[in-house]
Amino acid sequence: MAAQLDMPPDMPPAADPMARGARPDRAGSREHLDVRLDGVTKAYGHLVAVDDISLTIERGEFFSLLGPSGCGKSTTLSMIGGFAEPTYGAIYLNGVDVSRQPPYRRDVNTVFQSYALFPHLDVYENVAFGLKRKHVDRKAIERRVRDMLALVDLTGFHDRRPAQLSGGQQQRVALARALVNRPKLLLLDEPLGALDLKLRKQMQLELKRIQSEVGITFLYVTHDQEEAMVMSDRLAVMAGGRIEQVGPPDVVYDSPATEFVAGFLGASNLMAGEVVERGGALARVRLDDGLVVQVARGRLGDRGPRVKVGVRPEKIQVLPAGQPVPEGRNSLEAVVAMTAYIGVSHQYTMEGPDGRSFSAYAQNLGTGPHPARGDRVRLCWHPEHTFVVEPSAPRAAEESSA
Amino acid sequence: MSGRGKARAGAGSARAERAPARRRDRRIGKAAVPYLLGLPSWVYLLLFFLVPLASMLALSAAVGDPIVGYSYGGHFAEFLDAIGQYHRQLLRSFYYGALATLVTLAIAYPAAYWIAFHGGRHKSTYLFLIMLPFFVSFVIRTVAWQFILADQGFLFGQLKSWGLISDRFYILSTQWAVIGGLVYNGLAYYVLPLYVAIEKIDRRVVRAAGDLYADPASTFLRVILPLSAPGVFAGFLLVFVTDVGDFVNAQILGGPGTYMVGNVIQDSFFVNQDYPMAAALSSILMFLLMVAIFLYARAFGRERIQEYAA
Ligand SMILES: Nc1ncnc2c1ncn2[C@@H]1O[C@H](COP(=O)(O)OP(=O)(O)O)[C@@H](O)[C@H]1O
Ligand SMILES: [Mg+2]
Repeated sequence: MAAQLDMPPDMPPAADPMARGARPDRAGSREHLDVRLDGVTKAYGHLVAVDDISLTIERGEFFSLLGPSGCGKSTTLSMIGGFAEPTYGAIYLNGVDVSRQPPYRRDVNTVFQSYALFPHLDVYENVAFGLKRKHVDRKAIERRVRDMLALVDLTGFHDRRPAQLSGGQQQRVALARALVNRPKLLLLDEPLGALDLKLRKQMQLELKRIQSEVGITFLYVTHDQEEAMVMSDRLAVMAGGRIEQVGPPDVVYDSPATEFVAGFLGASNLMAGEVVERGGALARVRLDDGLVVQVARGRLGDRGPRVKVGVRPEKIQVLPAGQPVPEGRNSLEAVVAMTAYIGVSHQYTMEGPDGRSFSAYAQNLGTGPHPARGDRVRLCWHPEHTFVVEPSAPRAAEESSA
Repeated sequence: MSGRGKARAGAGSARAERAPARRRDRRIGKAAVPYLLGLPSWVYLLLFFLVPLASMLALSAAVGDPIVGYSYGGHFAEFLDAIGQYHRQLLRSFYYGALATLVTLAIAYPAAYWIAFHGGRHKSTYLFLIMLPFFVSFVIRTVAWQFILADQGFLFGQLKSWGLISDRFYILSTQWAVIGGLVYNGLAYYVLPLYVAIEKIDRRVVRAAGDLYADPASTFLRVILPLSAPGVFAGFLLVFVTDVGDFVNAQILGGPGTYMVGNVIQDSFFVNQDYPMAAALSSILMFLLMVAIFLYARAFGRERIQEYAA
């Protein structure tokens, strides 16, 4: 992770961090360019699995494709790996169009979700497979395989067959088998999906460590938003074959570009309304129930007039009903409907005016009593913590409910 | 017989469930269940394999004839006689059998591969088509080939009348006709185990080979072929053993110069009624086949075979 610092993850242009599909334009600097997808589309008959995706991934980056099952992540990965041809568009690796190249000619390796280890070969032979096909000389193969197996902590397992390994060990063999070839790009399709939670958390850190050690570009596919946030330098949220937003995890989390992203990446409270005032540092949005909410002008962009404003549950402060609200905050009255104590925090579900449900997380910092069910409370949050999205197109809405 | 075996096996497990207190008894009952379940097969083996085998071995060391009767005893001279008189046919059987099995493999593998990987939705149709000729009796099928290959039959006769092949050309009663017949008759028995083995190969593993720089040729050699080894192995045994012991093809498609040991055995039994000689030849054939299979299994690694099968 620390080693990543000399390769700064590429940030979206500062002016509009929320721009949909924000992507850097570095066409000039071939040096840094690793993977570029240009209008890539894949159709299976009438079904469009991947719909006009354009994306650039920098060398050495840990990049994730995040999205619900069936949104086209694996299809995108297969096209980059060479197992499927794009119906339209082109894929460039290091500036070279590889769209029609068979997989064995591409400098790309894959860690498959099922691992797909060769059952008839032992661990050593599995890992040496790619190098042998590339006719690397024997001595070098031996050294590289041994080093790689040490890196993934499998020294002493050389003679085992895949069937004699645990899931986690098989996973590491799959990783070693791909990494030992020093590909320009490593594709990982939900590589931790088959592991139990504890092992998965452990492997997330392990993968991150290995990636920073070898410095290879990782393109990681997952439907687990936490996994994507923990590991990625940048991520792309996908839905229905399209990219909804690209950016570093914190930017995507704090400033979701679409309603779908707001709902998929973490929880959020969304309220529909209309922009009533754009001037000044703070814009004003009148919610459908009449309440007026202030939004930092930069976060509104040119959206509107119909918008949805949102706030993350942990950004909401829960105050007793009578208490004065700090200056300049958005606030509303609500009744506590449910509380859940989860150790580090309290999670509240509240009923606001109009019967709308709100959720808020509060760290257990204070010493006093916590609001209880039925209490009247005042919720407030900073205008800077208020984000704005376009109301979702029906397609994205479908996806999020699926 | 098998009914009783099953009933007893059932009784064993029922008793095991009825008396939880008698732990020890229950454990013994449980341990016995697999053996009891195996009982019908043991009885079957004993009755239809070991008994005839023993009587054959006894007969091979006997002297006498069907009219006078036999005196059983250590008359092992019959074996030397058998080898002395018929070693050519024995060798020929193994030669034809090996050659025919290899040719069968060469034809069956691409067919099975194609059906398994490219058969799409029609896999079972293709398999059925391969099986189709085998719904006809073995002998009829072979006689059909006799018609097709006859010197003046509709195939060669026509070709000869057009002057495309020499008038003296013939194939019946040569070793090629016999080997061809063996190949034809063994084909389905090789395609099926090969198909099962190839079909079972995980496509994701094949994909992984492509991902790891294996071109189609080395994907086949390094991944598909080794993973289909159980089918190659099983089919080889099945086809080779039947081919070596075959006599129908040599009888219908071959001539005196292509006699195999199966023909000699058949003649000894039914023509010469020299039962000890027939029994001795059968014993020798069986022994040689067992040695061949043993060497074959050693060479191609039983351990690997068992592993994939699991
Ligand atoms: N070979 C295929 N033939 C037809 N449809 C496919 C094929 N592969 C994927 N799809 C469809 O494309 C869509 C995207 O699939 P996929 O990329 O596997 O999604 P994800 O990996 O995000 O779960 C799904 O609706 C899936 O059913
Ligand atoms: Mg997938």
